[in-house]
Amino acid sequence: MLEQQLLNALTLGSVYALFALGFTLVFGVLAVINLSHGAVFMVGSYAALAMVSHLNAPLWVAMLGAMVVSGTIGLLVDVLVLKPLRARNAPHLIPMIATIGVGIMLTSAAQGLFGAEVLRFPEDVMPAGEFMVGDVHVRALEIAIVAIAFLLMAVLFTILKRTQLGRALRAIAESPKAAYLLGINVEGLFHITSFVAAALGGIAGVLIGLNFNAITPFMGQPMLHKGIAVIILGGMGDIRGALIGGLFLGFAEVISKAYLSSQMGDAVAFGLLFLILLVRPSGLFGRKLERKA
Amino acid sequence: MEWFNDFWSTYSTLVFSVGVHALLALSIWLTLSCGLLSLANAAFMGVGAYVSALLTLHLEWSFGSVLLAGGIAPTLVALIIGAPVLRLSGVYLAMATLAFGEVVRITVLNLEITGGPEGLNGIPLATEGWHIALILAVTVYGLARLRRSKVGRAFEAIKEDEVAARLMGINVDRYKLLAFSLGAFIAGVAGALNAHFTFFISPREYGFENAVDILTMAVLGGTSSLIGPMLGSSILTLLPELLRSLQDFRSLVNGAVLVLVVLFLPKGLWESRRIRAFFKRLKGGQA
Repeated sequence: MLEQQLLNALTLGSVYALFALGFTLVFGVLAVINLSHGAVFMVGSYAALAMVSHLNAPLWVAMLGAMVVSGTIGLLVDVLVLKPLRARNAPHLIPMIATIGVGIMLTSAAQGLFGAEVLRFPEDVMPAGEFMVGDVHVRALEIAIVAIAFLLMAVLFTILKRTQLGRALRAIAESPKAAYLLGINVEGLFHITSFVAAALGGIAGVLIGLNFNAITPFMGQPMLHKGIAVIILGGMGDIRGALIGGLFLGFAEVISKAYLSSQMGDAVAFGLLFLILLVRPSGLFGRKLERKA
Repeated sequence: MEWFNDFWSTYSTLVFSVGVHALLALSIWLTLSCGLLSLANAAFMGVGAYVSALLTLHLEWSFGSVLLAGGIAPTLVALIIGAPVLRLSGVYLAMATLAFGEVVRITVLNLEITGGPEGLNGIPLATEGWHIALILAVTVYGLARLRRSKVGRAFEAIKEDEVAARLMGINVDRYKLLAFSLGAFIAGVAGALNAHFTFFISPREYGFENAVDILTMAVLGGTSSLIGPMLGSSILTLLPELLRSLQDFRSLVNGAVLVLVVLFLPKGLWESRRIRAFFKRLKGGQA
């Protein structure tokens, strides 16, 4: 029984981590809490569903398509909303409020286009097959989800650690002004970051949509809350922290749902988040931050 | 009087909502005026609504004392969580208050006495138009006086520059706690008023979306004066009624309004300086 729960937790946790990575990347590089990330996640799963059911695309094409669609939305949000606010040097909470508006718009658009009811992927596109490892019932789908999530995260880590692009991004995270003076194309990298982050959010949406096989316009909101919990657990803007925080939340949630009550799973996440903010605002693994007045 | 009765029987709930939303927008205006972005006001409203409804249903308190209790309960909560939470600033404060709101919502969802996900049903109708009007008037008067007082100036100083305010000898922590808990009081009373004309309350009404709605009202109207939040809340309450034909796309307009206001009217719709300039121009044109 416990092993089964651990597998569920790993599946869920790896998607949380993937989702939170995009979220924390935007915060680290653009210094914006992008509260439309949950809606972008939802858009990703609808995009994949539309491609699978209307264009008869195979699942992997639909996944790539979903990344492009949600990535493009992220890019548009950056170009149309965040960039003018940066140009105006708006106080740091203003972009956050604007992204709330974007999230409402996306959710409402999805509700208008696809209706409020739960939609499902057609049975025949789901990766079939399941087997037993000892007592544990393993679905091929779960293996695929974990593999895709970790593959994408590995790619992102490698880019950030080993390439010129990654070094430039880390320089911007440290100080956009200094990076600009060093000749880094800051605006361009902001756009790339927004695209990549939203694409990661979108694929996370597809994976969650597949895992529970349920897609609704409102699925973004609870995910956004979990994303917030994860990046606060891991430290805001901390890439490695988002990975560990995501897995941690997955485990905490599944275990408390299994052994406490189904509703308390969410309360545990937020209680934990609340506690972390009070005791260690820089996250579980964070360096001590300068106190920002 | 005939037309008025017709109008009232159709739209009284809407008018009541405008009043309650105005109170909520003012409650977040108060915390914003001290430079705090708190997303806890929907939760405070919920605490007020549940406490007052439970007192009415189980203990049959009089409406006046129920309203007062509805305000005091969230104030106490605010005082308790305020001390640790208000050490955080900016985004961190917003996230912590958001998390607090979720904890409240989930708690209410799981308690037996609050009726769980079904909420509380059959709350007697007690709120009348003049209750809301009176409380709104008192709140506006009180806040207007507060703005011009030592406390209001301290809030403004903290909002402009916390470190400078501290150096001026302002007890920053205490004033922040004051703004936070006064805001909770107003939101709680609004929740109590609301519970006693909707007959029914459920945890769904006090979640993140509602916290955002309250914030949107204040941001849309503008926070540089007291008129702004009231204007914003009226518009956002009436707008959905006017946009009924859009059905599912209705809240698209809400979101778009929020984005457009942030982009093009950073000070909100009601910016006293701009409006004064407008009237001056008008007068100049006539002369």
